[in-house]
Amino acid sequence: MKKVLFQSRLVPYLLLFPQLSIVIVFFLWPAAEAVRASFYLEDPFGFGSTFVGFDNFVDTVTSTDYGRVARFTAVFTSLVTFLSLGLALLLAVKADKVLRGSSTYKTLLMWVYAVAPPVAGLIGVLLFDQHVGPIVDFVAIFGWNLNIGVDYYDTAFAMTVTAVWKQVPVNFIFFLSGLQGISKSVQEAASIDCRSGFRRFWTVTFPLLAPTGFFLLIINITYAFFDTFGIVDILVKNEPGNNPVTLVYKVYLDGFRGNDLGGSSAQSVILMALVFILTVIQFRLIERRVHYN
Amino acid sequence: MATITLDQVRKVYGGVVEAVKGVSVDIADGEFIVLVGPSGCGKSTLLRMIAGLEDITTGEIKIGDRVVNNVDPADRDIAMVFQNYALYPHMSVYNNLAYGLKNRGMAKDEIDRRVKEAARILEIGDYLDRKPRALSGGQRQRVAMGRAIVREPAAFLFDEPLSNLDAKLRVQMRVEIKRLQRSLGTTSVYVTHDQLEAMTLADRLIVLNGGNIEQIGAPIDVYDKPASTFVAGFIGSPAMNLLPVKAVDGGLGLETGSGLSVPNLHGQDKCLLGVRPEHLEVVDQLPNGPHAQVTVNVLEPVGAESYLYASFENGGPEIVIRVSSHAVHKPGEKLFLGIKPENLHFFESQSGKRIGD
Repeated sequence: MKKVLFQSRLVPYLLLFPQLSIVIVFFLWPAAEAVRASFYLEDPFGFGSTFVGFDNFVDTVTSTDYGRVARFTAVFTSLVTFLSLGLALLLAVKADKVLRGSSTYKTLLMWVYAVAPPVAGLIGVLLFDQHVGPIVDFVAIFGWNLNIGVDYYDTAFAMTVTAVWKQVPVNFIFFLSGLQGISKSVQEAASIDCRSGFRRFWTVTFPLLAPTGFFLLIINITYAFFDTFGIVDILVKNEPGNNPVTLVYKVYLDGFRGNDLGGSSAQSVILMALVFILTVIQFRLIERRVHYN
Repeated sequence: MATITLDQVRKVYGGVVEAVKGVSVDIADGEFIVLVGPSGCGKSTLLRMIAGLEDITTGEIKIGDRVVNNVDPADRDIAMVFQNYALYPHMSVYNNLAYGLKNRGMAKDEIDRRVKEAARILEIGDYLDRKPRALSGGQRQRVAMGRAIVREPAAFLFDEPLSNLDAKLRVQMRVEIKRLQRSLGTTSVYVTHDQLEAMTLADRLIVLNGGNIEQIGAPIDVYDKPASTFVAGFIGSPAMNLLPVKAVDGGLGLETGSGLSVPNLHGQDKCLLGVRPEHLEVVDQLPNGPHAQVTVNVLEPVGAESYLYASFENGGPEIVIRVSSHAVHKPGEKLFLGIKPENLHFFESQSGKRIGD
């Protein structure tokens, strides 16, 4: 690393200023505000607030509703992450082997990536629509009366499918470039050393894809946790009563629909802590087993 | 250990590009064969077809008595050493060596015995626990060799294994590969574009050009009697001098210019004359036998010897003469060169094929 000496001691701070100000204004300040608000009971009409200590946290954690949403979020996040990574990997491995018309094939698979998230949610709603949705008609053949917005599990199913569908192309692009980054001669050496293509995949290709996979794992958990907000919002059709929602959506519901800013802030603080712990665990445990070249 | 037989092997890419044009050769058990030629001559393609990494368009490849055209690479009983070593970056050296054996369901203690034995031979025992990225180029090369020998295969295939090493290490590894192959006695096919590597390693050389075999033979036979101007120019450094000549009063002289007189041994009107740089001898006065008269352009000392670049009067191609490292010649100096008749090579002007034996 080259060492640069500045004439004035102010110059480095000046250069860092834009980045630091963005972090402070858009992250640290709101986070601090959320922490502060989590200790107060806000008047719904904005007439003042009362300090209540840890009451908001106690209320949140002990409510049965919160536990239910937390469980759903955990299941939903695991499913979306696992399915979107798994499907993308399968597609990427197959696309990597296509010799003829491979660019068309790859373009078609990446196409969804260009679809904006709200549009994706809207397409999801159309596909699962009670009256015109082709998926509803299709599963009806097997006797499944798919009813999103009404049936808890049906909505959860639609939510998972839409979220996975939206995320697969991103993962696909990364996995494909990861696969193409694996030395061809290493794969050839493996084909001489090991007859079974399946075994070769799990012993050579997959470990070499691990850096890509690790990166995508973090991206996907974050996606399932936070970025699925739009999909959840459109699919529950503003009627969250009996429908599955994620923790992030519940923050919005309680804060802006329930006007419980203190409770909602407490939930945000719990989420922040959760993400922090998750990140530490991921880097500590998984990165140690990943081989960066 | 086994023989390898190629029968009219062809490789066509995409129905148009013919990379290998009907190659037939019988490789004996334990023989060290070197495929040599410039890039794009089809040598790597041919090796990869033997390995099973490329399909065979037409023809037949046999390893031992078994036709392997449709046999999976893992089942051909061959081991390959790649140019960039192709070690598994996520595995330790030990596992790199053991991987192929584990996949064949070999017993653990037998794997351990073989890996330790290979590590001993190649002197890599100290870094069996390391990952490939913690090794130097030469050490990686040894691991790649180790991965091949633990398999105890019917044949070794080498795809330019030394071209990523520096010059000193290349010479050292070249000697080691040869010694190893001799002591193991495993049939080997080695691809290189380096004629020196080819000469030093091979029991028999196969010189390839544009997908065709130009010549097969022991290195010294190929050197002494190149079958074509291509082989003459490719094997030997500096390359053989090739001069276009025509019949002139009882002998052969340069087509353009003067200063050369050699006997017309095969009664040609026009042909190419070949003389190796070491077969041109600087003499004090015009000899009676075959001779040339040239003017010195440049003297290039390389240490053990020097190369003298000189040209004929009235034009004609520049020639190279190998002289002793202590010879002193100034640019512009006129020289008489004597040539022994047995050191003359004649090639057809059009086809470049050797005339006579």
